[in-house]
Amino acid sequence: MIYVNQLNKHFKESHVLQDVSITFDPHITYAIIGSSGSGKSTLLRCLNGLETPSSGEIKIDDINIFESKDNLAKARSNMGMVFQNFNLFEHKTAIENVMFALIKVKKLSHDEAFKTASTALDKVGLSHRYNNYPHQLSGGEKQRVSIARTLAMSPQLVLFDEPTSALDPEMTIEVLKVIKNLVKDGLKCILVTHEMSFAKEVADMIVFMDQGKILEITPSEQFFTQPVSTRAVQFLSHTQFKGETQGKKHYS
Amino acid sequence: MNIDFTRIIPRIPYLLQGVQVTLTIALVAALIGSVLGFIISLITSKKGLLGRVLFLFVDFFRGTPLYFQLFFYHYGLPQVIPGFLPTAYHSAFVIFSINSAAYLSEIFRAGIQSIDKGQIEAAKALNISTWDIVTGIIIPIGAKNVLPAIINEFITLIKETSVAAVISVNEIMRRHTIVAGTTFRAFESLIIVGLIYYTLTKTLSIAGKVVERKLRYDLR
Ligand SMILES: Nc1ncnc2c1ncn2[C@@H]1O[C@H](COP(=O)(O)OP(=O)(O)OP(=O)(O)O)[C@@H](O)[C@H]1O
Ligand SMILES: [Mg+2]
Repeated sequence: MIYVNQLNKHFKESHVLQDVSITFDPHITYAIIGSSGSGKSTLLRCLNGLETPSSGEIKIDDINIFESKDNLAKARSNMGMVFQNFNLFEHKTAIENVMFALIKVKKLSHDEAFKTASTALDKVGLSHRYNNYPHQLSGGEKQRVSIARTLAMSPQLVLFDEPTSALDPEMTIEVLKVIKNLVKDGLKCILVTHEMSFAKEVADMIVFMDQGKILEITPSEQFFTQPVSTRAVQFLSHTQFKGETQGKKHYS
Repeated sequence: MNIDFTRIIPRIPYLLQGVQVTLTIALVAALIGSVLGFIISLITSKKGLLGRVLFLFVDFFRGTPLYFQLFFYHYGLPQVIPGFLPTAYHSAFVIFSINSAAYLSEIFRAGIQSIDKGQIEAAKALNISTWDIVTGIIIPIGAKNVLPAIINEFITLIKETSVAAVISVNEIMRRHTIVAGTTFRAFESLIIVGLIYYTLTKTLSIAGKVVERKLRYDLR
């Protein structure tokens, strides 16, 4: 269980997270949605310590992740993260990107790391791209490498921060398909996304955020038909309209 | 025109021996300057108190002439520090090292800033240690980005070692002064000296290009 307790985050004057409390059950997949600037990424980044909250605490089971470096490392070893901008190591090939942490963190030998890394890359359909550098890959391929890099570390939970926002519709489809299959195979994740139909399909729970607050935590099927907050009603009508005009809604 | 190399030719070996002195100073300064400069750049990249103090120090060494720094250390400090009498080599090693550390730290800092923070965050999220992030990500990417600037700095360093002549370090320019004074053939001696310097810097810049080609993973 991940317990987020009275979390606050300030950036200079702006109060980006306001008394956010939520418990994430590791057996459930969550989607965090809400309009731009509502604090979704900040919340997600606090969960693995990329952002340090101004106050409040985050506990994984009974470990306070901000209490010591060891605790944070322990939390990170069970939690992967996939970023909007892929963040691949630009000087490493696809396979080297995946192998790096296996060698440095998991202390695998070069051969073991290669084996694990190639399994991970094969799983995301990139068996033909081992030796390509990031600048030689398409956006969708880059994101799949970054997913493989995360999965190779065998985390119990993966945080996805808008994994398809930097992709064009075609590549969005390809990446969402990969994530959907992973979820089907039992991967647990917390994902921030603007893809409503994707959230509806993969997430058990929807966390709806607005202006630094969690307004509701609602089971997925209920959220998209009968959201609790009026803000969510507005948000849904707005994004569905936008999604259709951009033609970006249909992916599978 | 009055040009006559016959008196200079026998002195060429003497001039060439200065190359060793010049390169020793440049090499020591490049090595110590790189290590020191890299550490300084890591500290000044953060905004702590130590970072600010070090930045002031760096700024001072970039804002005053090397000539002044050598004089200050070699002739100025001994007056106020009893028993402090550095040899010419000692002063040259210290000042050239600190001076190049100051310039290199700014180059390294730019190199660190040129690295996309996202890649470092990805590494942190993967639980990669700070040491492995520095050696496995920051240095290789930064090195590629700043290599041309570093090579430039080393070339400048080779040229500036000539200033050490003013505190009587027996490098190339100092030897020239001696040769010119005894042979009265300044022009001829200077031609030789010019060729020596140009050969040194040109070799370094060609070597730099070769290394750069190796580091440019984005061109592969
Ligand atoms: N490093 C930072 N420095 C200053 N302000 C920041 C920083 N990171 C985020 N913010 C601000 O905090 C607020 C919440 O940002 P956050 O990235 O969490 O929003 P988001 O819900 O993920 O939005 P989006 O959907 O656009 O990604 C925004 O107003 C943003 O400008
Ligand atoms: Mg965001």
